[in-house]
Formats: sequence, C-alpha cells, structure tokens
Amino acid sequence: MARTASRNIGQSIPRLEAREKVTGRAEYVHHLRLPGMLYGKIFRSTVPHARIKSVDVSAAQALEGVYRVVTIDDIREAIPHPYYGPAFHDQPILADGKVRFAGEPVAVVLAADPHIAQEAVGLISAEYEELPAVFDEVEAMSSDVLVHDVLKPAATFPDLKHLAGRTGTNVALDYHLLRGDPEAGFAAADHVFEHTYRSQQVMHIPMEPFVSVADAADGRLTLHTASQSPSFVRIEIARLLGWPENRVRVKVPYLGGGFGGKLYIKLEALVTALSLVARRPVKVALTMEEQFFMVTRHPCTFTIKSGVNKDGTIVARTCKVVWNGGAYADIGPRVTQKAGFTSAGPYDIENVEIHSYAVYTNRPPCGALRGFGAPQTAWAYECHMDEIAEALGMDKVAFRRKNLLQNGRPQATGTIVQDAALEQALDQVADRLNWNEPLDRGDGRIRRGRGIAVGFKGITAPTTSVAIVNLYADGSCGLYISTVEMGQGSDTVMAQIAAEVLDMDAAAIKVVHPDTDVTPYDMGTLGSRSTFHMGTAVRLAAEDARKKIAELARELGLPEGSNLPLPELFRRKYGMQAGNIIGTASFIPKYEKPDAETGHSRNATPFWGVGASGAEVEVDTETGHYRITKLVNVADVGTALNPKLVQVQLSGAGIMQLGFTTTEEMVYRDGQLTNGSLADYKIPTLLDIPPEFINEHVDSEQKDGPFGGKGAGESTTIALSPAIGNALFDAVGVRLTDLPLTPEKIFRALCEANGTPLAGE
Amino acid sequence: MTTEITIELDINGRSETLTLDPRVTLLDALREHLGLTGTKKGCDQGQCGACTVHVDGARVLSCLTLAAQAAGRPVTTIEGLSAPGGELHPVQAAFLEHDAFQCGYCTPGQIMSAVACIREGHAGSDEEIREYMAGNLCRCGAYPHIVAAVRQAAEMAS
Repeated sequence: MARTASRNIGQSIPRLEAREKVTGRAEYVHHLRLPGMLYGKIFRSTVPHARIKSVDVSAAQALEGVYRVVTIDDIREAIPHPYYGPAFHDQPILADGKVRFAGEPVAVVLAADPHIAQEAVGLISAEYEELPAVFDEVEAMSSDVLVHDVLKPAATFPDLKHLAGRTGTNVALDYHLLRGDPEAGFAAADHVFEHTYRSQQVMHIPMEPFVSVADAADGRLTLHTASQSPSFVRIEIARLLGWPENRVRVKVPYLGGGFGGKLYIKLEALVTALSLVARRPVKVALTMEEQFFMVTRHPCTFTIKSGVNKDGTIVARTCKVVWNGGAYADIGPRVTQKAGFTSAGPYDIENVEIHSYAVYTNRPPCGALRGFGAPQTAWAYECHMDEIAEALGMDKVAFRRKNLLQNGRPQATGTIVQDAALEQALDQVADRLNWNEPLDRGDGRIRRGRGIAVGFKGITAPTTSVAIVNLYADGSCGLYISTVEMGQGSDTVMAQIAAEVLDMDAAAIKVVHPDTDVTPYDMGTLGSRSTFHMGTAVRLAAEDARKKIAELARELGLPEGSNLPLPELFRRKYGMQAGNIIGTASFIPKYEKPDAETGHSRNATPFWGVGASGAEVEVDTETGHYRITKLVNVADVGTALNPKLVQVQLSGAGIMQLGFTTTEEMVYRDGQLTNGSLADYKIPTLLDIPPEFINEHVDSEQKDGPFGGKGAGESTTIALSPAIGNALFDAVGVRLTDLPLTPEKIFRALCEANGTPLAGE
Repeated sequence: MTTEITIELDINGRSETLTLDPRVTLLDALREHLGLTGTKKGCDQGQCGACTVHVDGARVLSCLTLAAQAAGRPVTTIEGLSAPGGELHPVQAAFLEHDAFQCGYCTPGQIMSAVACIREGHAGSDEEIREYMAGNLCRCGAYPHIVAAVRQAAEMAS
C-alpha cells in the first residue's frame, strides 16, 4: 500500500520503557511499600459449596504480631452492601454465610510481617455444612443445585436488567440470534452434520500475581493496583463506598502481565475494605497458586449443526454454546454475548440460529482471557468445518473459501463486514504451508499431517476512551491516558500516534501512566481495543492541540503557516517560559445494541479481529505423543503501526494459545483443584516452541482506525487450537473434540479406532 | 519467635550487614530488606525463574536459597549488571535490540540466566540456548526473541 514515508507510523520504534525493563528498574505494584502498611493473607474455603457454620479466628488473633483478623462481619461495618462485580453484584468481598467454590476467600489476617500473617492463616478453622455442588456447565443448566438464590445484575449493563430478581436458575445470561429459517435450511440441505466440542478451564498466569494496595484515610482513598481498568475500579469502588468518584484515586504502574485477568475489579474491593477497617494502608499480593482462585477462562460446551449442499455451500447453521462461568459472573455475560454472536464462524450463511448461555457453577470464577471467548468458539466451528469437508471429500481450504464472509456482506447479526481480511489471512497461511504441494505423510510408526483454520471476533462495544495531550512551554509533550502498559507496547504506539500529528519524535513524548486523579477515563485495556479506541482519541487530542497552537499564533498576530517554534509562541504569549496548551478528545465508536429477540444489529462491532493458523504435526502412533513441526499464524491488524511490536504480540499470543491447546488444564477432584502450581499446570517453555514458527500480518488497512491501525493482541489466539486439532486428524485419522490435545487422548482414540479400546480414564 | 541472626552479604560488590530471621530467603532479603526490587518474585517455589541471581558467579533461584546460605559469597543481581544510567551489559543491550520481553516482569531473571548461560558455555546453538534457558518462564511468550538475543550476545562474547 503506497503511503508517504513517516518517521513514526509504520516504524519499529523501540519500546519507550525498554531500558527500564532490562535494568530491572520498571515500576510494578509488587514493589510498593507504604509507611505503616499491613499485609493481608487470605484464609480460603476447603469445600466447593457449603453454608458456613462458624469461623474460629481466636488462635490466629492471639498470635504475636497479628494486627487483626477480618471476616465479612467486620467488612460490613465499612461497606454495608459488600457485593461487587462488573455485570452482576454477586460477589461478596469475603464469603458471606456461604462458600461457592473451593478456594473462596473466607477471612483475612492482617499483620505488619507477611510471614506472620501467613502463619496465622494456618491457625484459622471453619466449620461447614456441605451442600451438593455442580461443576459441569451443561449439568448446571438444569440442575437442582443452585449456586445463587437470586440473580443480581448490575445497573451498568441495561441489557441485563430483565434478569433482576430471577430465581431458580443458574443461567446468568442467555443471548439469542435468529437469521432466516434454519429448520427449513436443514430440511432442504443435502447433508446435515452435528458435533459437540469442549474447551477446558485455563488460567492467565501473569508472572506478576494479582496485587493491590489500598490507603484509606480521612474520607479519601488511594489504590495502587495491578489493574487493566483503573477507571472501572474507581467507579465500582466509589459505588461500593457511596462516595463521589473524585475521592477515589487509582494508580497503575506497569503490569507484569494481564491477559484479561486483571480487568474490572479483582482484589481492589478487598484491600479497600481492609484499609477502611484497619485504618492503615493494606497490601494483598496473591501467590502463584492463589491466582487460580481469582479468575480463569470459561470452559465451554458447544454443539454446532450445519446443513450443507453437495457443492459445499453451507445453507443453515445452529449453535448452542454453554459457558461455564464459575461461582461469580465477573464479565462472563459479556463473553457470552460477544463470543456468542460470532459463534457461527466467519462464513456467509443464510440461515443461522445461536443460543449462548452463561451458567453459574461451583468452580472458581471465569472472566475475560485473551480472545474473550473467540478461541473457544473457533475451536468448535473450525473443527466442525474440517469434519464437513472430510465427509464431502472437499479440500479444506477450498471449502472454507467457498463459504467465507466477504467484505460488504452481512454477518449473522446483519452487520455489514468491512475491513476484515479473512480470505487474505487464510490464503497467506495456505501459502506458508505450501498447501497445494503434497505432504510427506510418513509410513509406519510416525505419521504426519497438516491443518488449517480461520476465525474472527467482534470487539467490545460501545466503549469510550479519553486522551489529553499537554504541551509544555518548552515545546515538550506529555500524553495523559489511562491505557495500561502491560507489555503490549501501548505507551510506544500511543506516543507514535501523537508524535505523528504533532510532527515530533515518539521517543520525546512522555506517556503519563494511569492515575485517575490525573489521566482521563478509559473503559479498559482489553479486547484488542486500545489501538483503535485510545489511538483514535490520542489522534483527535493531538489534532485539538494543533488547532489550539494555530489559534494562539493567530491571537499573536502571526501570519498563517509562520511555523514559529512552540517555545517562542509561549514566550510571546506569557513573556517567559510558562503556560500549557491542552488538547483533549474522547472517542466512542458507532454501535447498535443487538435486538433482544433476534440478536440483529446493523453495527455490532467497531471492527473485526481476524486470525488464521496452520500447523504441521508428526504423531508417534505407538504412544500418541506428537510434535508440532511447523506453526503459522497470520493476523489482520490493519496497518502495522509498529511492525516489531506487532510481531512480538502475534507470536506471544500464539505461544499462549499453544499452551491452552496442548498442555494447560485446571484439573479437579470433587471440586478441588489438584494442579494449582507451575510444576503441575504446565505453561509453554522455550522447549515448546515449534522449530518452524511463523507469525505474520497481512497487508491491510482499517480505514477508520488511527492511521489505518487496529488491535493485534488477540488475533493469533483465535484459530490456533483447531489448526492443530485438524492437523492431528489429518495425520492419524482420529478426531479429538475436547481440549487440551494431550498424547493420552490421542493414544486412547487410536486404540479405540483400532478396535482395542483402553479401560476407563 | 525465632532467634534472629546477623549475616554479612556481598551484593553487587557492596557489603551489607543484615539482622534477620534465619528462614528469610535470599529473594526476600534482596527485595524486602535491601530494597533491591529488580529481582522479581513470581512463583516463590522455584518453578518460574523470575528470581534468578548469581551466587559465586553461578545462577541460583533466590527464592529457594536462604539469605544465610549466601553469606560471604559474592551475589550479583540485575542492579549489579550495569551502572545506573551507564552502558548496558551486552546481554541487556541484546534483549533491548531484539525486543526480547513484553511486560518485563520475568526479564531480570531471563537476563541473569542468559549471562550465566553464556558464561557456562551453554549458548553455542539455538538448541542449547533453548535447553539451558528453559527454566525461565515468560508468559508473554517472547521466547523466539529471547533466543535471538542470547545468540547475539553469545556471539559477541566469543
């Protein structure tokens, strides 16, 4: 694409914070110590579902060095209605009469020495009256076991209002879409296929575990927190306290990883309550194991049915997607809706019906995780696509290409697809895999195969970003934004956008990190939205600053285009080095809420995230072990504003999804997590990277994005799992329907296929 | 209460005298007692490598090392690798050049591990680098870039 050369846009400018990070000087909440600060350590439930009969804290309280032990009764003194959450106000700050998952916080010990606090936690005991529990999302749909007696939606989401006060159900949201007449489509189709696929529960595992510090004093509160959404934290804490927003200050330095885990509200309500109760600053820092009890990714059971004609045209599709939300809704209802509306896949299908359900169970809560449900849905629809192509004897790429949504065509919601490089991404993966060349499939024990998949995602909407550009009297620039730098490179890209408008060097711009007393509102650093939303706000704010520079020049009687250096303008105006020029802007993209009955919307998403993946595998048929010998991910990121940062994002997201595909799974026995450590829950290491590992973006442009750009953080998570699942099938002819794809599952399936099934699991 | 002990630590060429509980790990001594927060606490169980430092020039997991075990032995942390504001250590420079990190939390451990890996003679090939750096986890998945950075630094050192 021909563009004028720019010194900022499209340049691989090194991260602004690179030197801080390689010298160990980058600031994280984990380092923070305030005068008089207490550490909180959490006593957690040992049962998944129970009424609390009693909690005995006396021995803990008596331990020398313990400041105080806190339960929900103490917290009520500071916060009379101690229930929080972004979608539902369903989560108590500490267990309130009942526990709903094993690992739920029941009490907190406060001490100046964290080791004493930890020792005291071991002296607390609780008595429970155990209740029957439900763990599986499909069972929970119709179970007599109710996780919550009554649904309590938050006021923030108008489309959840109708659920208020509902009883006798575990279903926290149902999203429906109907387009055309699927039943008639099935009746007329040459073939009908139906399959069910499952995704497992996994966790973000940021290397910096969750950590928050609260300092409440004299009717004011400062929170230092590893959060991806400081503005939301401020609003939700102000609501809990009944205070105006301006008395709650939320500061966020760098994050040691987030991946969707550190969104909305996590430890912030707890540390706030503890600080109010203790009248001292309080820090709570989770251990690696405790992270598994904070938030996780939704397990999902997805039944998909398609009517297909002989020529390979998909004429009808129905999707039933059940999301296991765990004990508290967190942002699950949004995952249900957003991933729900794309769950029929990036295909042009006349008749579509979707039912997507968020369901409470007695597991740790599930929320947002890189992809916001899209990887779970793509796992199903892209395996399903291969199974259909296989049955029809069609080439897997040709079958997809025949049905792929083209720009200008309506997606299932009715939204016209624009700037979604689906076909380009698919073709680029096929090209990198040499799809049209024969593959050496091996013979004997080792068999080879390859697989391909493509997917897309909608973006959370409607959401707002606000930016402030501050030009100082010496002409230097500060950029005030609440976007959280957690490794994705937002500081650098936002500086590049501002610098492009202001004709400066990005490296000369100071990005001021989130501090809600200083930086303006942003909905959150999530769902690939920052480049598009905040990037646009930054561009507009910088343009506003330019306009004000021009106004000042006119005011000083300078001719148009005189281009007097900024410091000189300030000197002429104020007689010395003084003053500021402040440019501001906010951005909210166009959006139309889906119709409650039909799920239709003319504008369901600000843009489309697009990812395609391909894999070559080598399977040992005697053991089920396999190697991924080649892995290709191609994403549509619009214009790559910083190609190097885009590259690291695409490859990093791919590696994370590789873990979710091959090894990672939270394993339970009777509701108890049995592998909550990095020794037992295996995330990818250097040894797990495929020898050929290609990550690219297509040449494309998001026309309404800032300088053509859009988000890049999630695209390579979408299609990776089915690409590997499809490659395994291609190699050895067995279809795995449940993630993760372990050697044991392959071996069992091979034994089954050979007529010698193994005994139970 | 446990009786406290007084130990002398040699951290980045400076002698530091600490009086602490004998159960205090080297990691907590560095972070909590000496304010050297460059070394990171990830899992605190020897499973992630974020806390890697050098003792007697060899890499150790400071979360599994008692401070008392390091008494009298030279300890190097990320803060000791280059002077503040000064020229970066070649491994730090290579990490910066190859964008071998994202969030930066595991990075000090990765860099300390890489410096030792090269010194041990275990950075002769990409396979060797992968094997001998595999104990340092990076959830952001900067692994390909880490290998490239270590390879470049190793080539410069040889």
